[in-house]
This record gives sequence, structure tokens and C-alpha cells, in this order.
Amino acid sequence: MDAGSLTSSNKYQSKCPDQRRTVRENLDRFIPNRSAMDFDYAHYMLTEGRKGKENPAASSPSKEAYRKQMAETLNINRTRILAFKNKPPTPVELIPQEFYSASIPQQSKASKPRRHIPQTSERTLDAPDLVDDYYLNLLDWGSSNVLAIALGGTVYLWDASDGSTSELVTLEDETGPVTSVSWAPDGRHIAIGLNNSDVQLWDSTANRLLRTLKGGHASRVGSLAWNNHVLTTGGMDGKIINNDVRVRSHIVETYRGHRQEVCGLKWSASGQQLASGGNDNLLHIWDRSSASSNSPTQWLHRMEDHTAAVKALAWCPFQGNLLASGGGGGDRCIKFWNTHTGACLNSVDTGSQVCALLWNKNERELLSSHGFTQNQLTLWKYPSMVKMAELTGHTSRVLFMAQSPDGCTVASAAGDETLRFWNVFGTPEVAAKPAPKAHPEPFAHLNRIR
Amino acid sequence: MASRTATKDIITLRGSAAIVSEFFGYAANSILYNRGVYPEESFGKVKKYGLPMLLTQDEGVKSFIANLTAQLSEWLETGKLQRVVLVIMSKATNEVLERWNFSIETDGEVVENGVSREKSDKEIMREIQAIMRQIASSITYLPCIDEPCVFDVLAYTDTDVAVPFTWIESDPKLIANPQMVKLHSFDTKIHKVDTLVSYKNDEWDED
Repeated sequence: MDAGSLTSSNKYQSKCPDQRRTVRENLDRFIPNRSAMDFDYAHYMLTEGRKGKENPAASSPSKEAYRKQMAETLNINRTRILAFKNKPPTPVELIPQEFYSASIPQQSKASKPRRHIPQTSERTLDAPDLVDDYYLNLLDWGSSNVLAIALGGTVYLWDASDGSTSELVTLEDETGPVTSVSWAPDGRHIAIGLNNSDVQLWDSTANRLLRTLKGGHASRVGSLAWNNHVLTTGGMDGKIINNDVRVRSHIVETYRGHRQEVCGLKWSASGQQLASGGNDNLLHIWDRSSASSNSPTQWLHRMEDHTAAVKALAWCPFQGNLLASGGGGGDRCIKFWNTHTGACLNSVDTGSQVCALLWNKNERELLSSHGFTQNQLTLWKYPSMVKMAELTGHTSRVLFMAQSPDGCTVASAAGDETLRFWNVFGTPEVAAKPAPKAHPEPFAHLNRIR
Repeated sequence: MASRTATKDIITLRGSAAIVSEFFGYAANSILYNRGVYPEESFGKVKKYGLPMLLTQDEGVKSFIANLTAQLSEWLETGKLQRVVLVIMSKATNEVLERWNFSIETDGEVVENGVSREKSDKEIMREIQAIMRQIASSITYLPCIDEPCVFDVLAYTDTDVAVPFTWIESDPKLIANPQMVKLHSFDTKIHKVDTLVSYKNDEWDED
């Protein structure tokens, strides 16, 4: 999707024997004169021309249309598409709406014209003593609608349904501060990664410490991810450990691949693949089925494309093998991966460090949070990656983001020691409705290499 | 006598921009009328390009098109407008049903050096007339629009254009697997406008 493919698509248009273009002089020491060669024509004859002869149907109008559409899609990057903010008035309906609803069942009901995206946060809470450390993961929103945030050595629980706050635990100085929190899928149990390399499991309803996982890591545990009863922990020692929290000897597998601190850790929705990002600029994909406790586990894919720490990771909710990853201050890119093949599908330079990524569960949109200079949250349309909104308000880098269980509200915690709530993914009423049937995306009929 | 006709046929950048933007105004009106986006009664007849043309009487639509042509004319004079697309969408689902695509090629030399070109008004009018006739006859092959629709206009500009206050960036609003029909084009010798309509293809089946 970069310059390379752009130029080739442009060339493609001229690959027609009738519209032969004169080749630009491109001389070198070995071939001093290329004037007699017409590469576009030659290429056409070698590839397209032959195809057309062998299989005349292949160069059909639909293919032509596809090419045009492709060119148009790619065109986004070179031109600006503008539209009036004020839309023309909608026509007055002479025939009552009911008539249409009868003829077009459901469709008119499912209409969702343009979602208003509030530019300001819905609510702001103070988060004193929030550790301003890029490599930690101190915010999580559980399935029981309770938000957990670690402030220094204390874990607080904020119940989103009634707005009440409670303290789960305050740790002593030798074990704290807390370096990561993660809710188990049940929304009741919570894992707390600590600076002293321990991981504690708490029952949030009974406010009781259930067990402490020790001996896995050599230094602080900055990232956590649940996969049913397996808690995966990533440490500053570069190790990733799968802990079966039900059994006494909890270490099931160890993934070795990172040379520095593991700061991003996410299981795919299917629980088959684990994505891990590290301070060594590496992104790994691990396969659950190929893991075994006996042999050291090999990664399925190793991505070396990011040029800074990879912390922000998000699995796409509507496409199982699509992963979005964001790089730190030296990289600033959001990259999209096919985790089956390991191919990079797209890369977008955001201009600022990417601290966190969240997919909209209801729409094809991605939210990213950034640091210097704007400290903003950016909402992107996927896959066009058109910016839909920029939400500013934080005065320091937006380190952590968490999404409410209904997928509508996003909580963000930043280095400015505030916790803000954004109604960026739509209102709950809209989400409560069945999501409108997605329009067929362009090229859906074509086999894609993903 | 000879010199008189010569001066008459000279076309400047400004004049060309005025002709092209005026064309967009009439073309948009014609499309909205012929495709039934707004009710028939809301249009009034005028004579233009040697044809009876229909112009909307709805104040809202009128001012939208007036603002549009004013802005387009400004961009045309700087040669930064690449394309104008009128999109017809379903009001209920926002699905794009038709895209009327006007690609513009600008003679860069005219913009840079301020030279003028020669082409008679009459000839340009005749070319525009042909396009207008085609738009009017498009109902014969375009699929019937049997639901309430809204329209929007997209302007494709060079990336270095500052976005005016009243405009926002938009997605291209493409149609998946469209059917395309190329219409006539016209050329003022400064701006060349190619017209193409693409529409949703209902018969298209997946194989």
C-alpha cells in the first residue's frame, strides 16, 4: 500500500499497446541506449496481452472496473477528498415512510446516518500517583463493568454502573508499585503484576487474595493477558509465561523471543494466537496449539518492522487474523498484520508515539492514543485509515485505554494523572440494536491474500 | 472583421473556470431532477445551452449548489481541482447508489503563466449540450431509484489545498462492483471535463 504499488498501478493504466508511451531515457554504462525498448509494451505483451489471448474472458469489463476502482482507492493517498460540512437538505417525502419500510424491510430502521462523536470527554476523574511509565499496563475494564486502575501501589476499582470507587489492595513498598492489572474473563477475578516479579490473583467481590504466582519472572511483570484459565504474563526479563491458575505448578509454557521488556500482550479472540510486543521493537505471534511445556516454544511469526517499542496491540473483532500494532516514539506507526501469513497489510505514520489501540466493536473503526505533541486520541476509519476524529484534552501522553463491556465508552489514563471517559464509539442505544448489516466491502468477491 | 472574431474566441483561465463551474451547477440540477432526488414540482424551467434546463426552486438546495459552484470556481482558477463527484445515496441506509464523476484536467501552463487559449463559446456550448442531453437520457439505462435518496458532492483536490472552513475531508464513497458508463466530455482548452456515471449493479452475481 505504499509508493511501490502506487507507481505500478499507474503504469498499469498505460499498459495497452495502442497507447504506447514513449519511454523516458534511462541510461547507464552497460546499456547506453534504451530508446529501442518499450518496457511497458513489452511487459504488456508478456503478461496482459498473452492472458487476453488465452482467456479472453479474463480481460473483461469487470476487470477493467476493478482496476479503475483500485486506482481510485489508491488515489486517496494522493488527493484530498472534500465535502461540504453542511449537507444539502433531505428531500421532503411525499409518500409516508411506512410505505418504504414495508417495501424495504428492516433497512430503514437500521439506518444510522452520521454518528456524532463528542469532542470532549464525558467525565474526568483524578488519578493521582499514576505511574507515568510507557511499559506498564495499569488500566483494565472488566466484563462486570468495573474499571480497575493502579495508582502507585494501590489498585482501585471504579464501578461504572453506579460510579462508586473502592480500594482493592494497597501493597507494601517492597512488593509494589503495581506494574499491570488485568481482569479475568469472568469479570470477578483480577490479576495484578508487581514490581517484584510476583503476580497476585484477587477475588474482587470478596476482596480476597487467592494466590500469588511466584518464581516465573526475574523482574517486574508489566503485561498480562488472560486466555480462559491461563494467565499469560510478560516480564521485564523478556520472558512470556503461560500460567494455569488452577494448578499448583502454574507455569505451563514459557515463550522466549524477546530480548527486552515485554510491554504488550494480547490473546486473539479465538484464544489460538498470542501477540506480544517488546521494548526490543519486536512483535511476535505465538500459536497456542504448537506450544508445549517440554521444548522451548518457537514463535509463529516475528515482525521486525517497528522501529521502537511495541506496546499497543489490538486484535480486530470482525476479522480473526487481523492485528493492529502501534510503535513507540521512534516509530509512530500503526501497522496491520495478517497473523496467519505474517504479512504487513498496511502501515500508517501517525506522527506521534502510539500508546494504545482499541477497535470499535460495532463499526469498522480503530482508536489510537498518542503522546507528544497533541496527546490526543485519534479515531480512524478502517481500512481507509481516514481520520474521523481527534479527541484532545489530556495534557500528557495517553498511556492506557480500556473499553467498556458494551464497547461504547473508552476510558483513557494519561501521564497528566487524569482518567477520562469518551463516548467515542457511539451511544449504548445504538449499540443495543443489532448492528446494521455491513455493506459488502469493495473487492469482497475477490480472493484476498490475507 | 477577422480581428473581431479572434478576440471573441479567446478564453482565459477565469472565463474557463466560470464556464466549468456553471456547468457543474446545471449538471447537478439536471441530475437531481432526472434521478428524482427531489420532487419534480420543486424544479423550474429555464433555457440554457440551447436546451430547456431545470433548476431547483428549493432554497436549501439552491444555496448548497451556489456555495458549491462558488468554491469550485475558486479551485478551478488555481488548477487544484482534480475531480468533482456527485454521490446519490439511499436516505435509509446511506448506501451509495450512483456516482456522477466529473474528472477535470487543467492545462498547467495556463495556470502558471496566465496565457489564454482559443476556442469559441459556441463550440464549448455544443459539447456541454451533448453532455446535458446524455444526463437527461440516462434514465433509460440507469436502474430505477425506488427509495428516498440524498445527495452529496465530493471535490477531489490537490493535497496542498487548504481545507476551507465550511468543508471537511471525506471518504470516497465508492460503490462495490459498479457498472460504469462514460458520457461525452467537453474541453475549454484550459479545463477538460470527462463525465462518467457509475452505479450499483444489481444483476451482478458472485461466481
